[in-house]
Amino acid sequence: MSEILLRIDGIEVKAKEGMTVLDAARSAGISIPTLCHHEKLEPYGACRLCLVELDMRGWTRLVVSCLYPVAKDLVVTTRSEKIDRIRKTILELLLAHAPDAFDLQELAQEYGADRDRFEKEASFCIHCGLCVRYCAEVKKKHAVGFVNRGASREISFIPEVAAQECWNCKECFPLCPTEALQAAYVLTEALLSPHLHSQSSQTR
Amino acid sequence: MDKDRIDRIIDKHGCEPSYLIQVLLDIQAENNWLPREALERVAERLQVSMTRIQHIATFYKAFSLVPKGRHQIHICVGTACHVRGASRVLDTVEGLTGIKPGETDLDLKFSLETVNCLGCCALGPVVEIDGKTHGKMSPAETADVVKNYE
Repeated sequence: MSEILLRIDGIEVKAKEGMTVLDAARSAGISIPTLCHHEKLEPYGACRLCLVELDMRGWTRLVVSCLYPVAKDLVVTTRSEKIDRIRKTILELLLAHAPDAFDLQELAQEYGADRDRFEKEASFCIHCGLCVRYCAEVKKKHAVGFVNRGASREISFIPEVAAQECWNCKECFPLCPTEALQAAYVLTEALLSPHLHSQSSQTR
Repeated sequence: MDKDRIDRIIDKHGCEPSYLIQVLLDIQAENNWLPREALERVAERLQVSMTRIQHIATFYKAFSLVPKGRHQIHICVGTACHVRGASRVLDTVEGLTGIKPGETDLDLKFSLETVNCLGCCALGPVVEIDGKTHGKMSPAETADVVKNYE
């Protein structure tokens, strides 16, 4: 495999073909914030937080680094006034959905995002797709998926699959950047078998 | 909807996962809605996960996961139809069928839906029943048309 040389934040970085800009930056110790990225999963490009600027013959272009493949002589900037401004807005929008998520609050502090800028619409899900993709790609169980679209898009467990698989797995819980998946699961379980659930909560 | 009918639709498309949407559309056309058992059968035969089917079936407005009536009434409430009195037409239909937009009556006769433009604004107010377009509808005329459906 051929090596590709590119420049990230003024540092020469060696990358292999097929890597993304995010991979290359991380291998060189340059940090780019992400919420929907996971090494074991295919890149998804949902959160848009990893966006970077590319210099192209005097023009700059914004791309999401988790999807953009490395190319020869690429000039990448991972932080600039423009990038910070966009990341701040993205964070503010995400915080409207999940105002109490620790990961978001940490990033919000770094980028100066105001958690109360937009009216709260707490769905606790930021549609990163980590749980959905982890279940499909790593566990291959397809217990959880997205339903509906646009503003009403949300995750939904398939009761039949969830009843068999989820109790002993729960590996998607720690992945959730808003830690709300646990609540979703418990709720599904309660709806699925109200009798069983009320019994177990009594004995607890 | 029985298994044979679903299987026939699936076989028609050659049992290919890539024909999922086409299969769902055919079931929707034959049955007016997508029952859970039908989706499970499709998942099993096409080797597609239930999450994917649910994702697609909830994404497109052409699919319904709840029972639909034998006759679909679409009442245009777009700008042109609105100024020509679509809301009165809608009121009439609501009164006749006893259902609100988005609902289906108990004997599965009618499903009522409002739409935002049917593309023939000169004919407003427009009512579309089972794909047939009725133009320049007054509340009284609409009532006459709706009464003809069994």
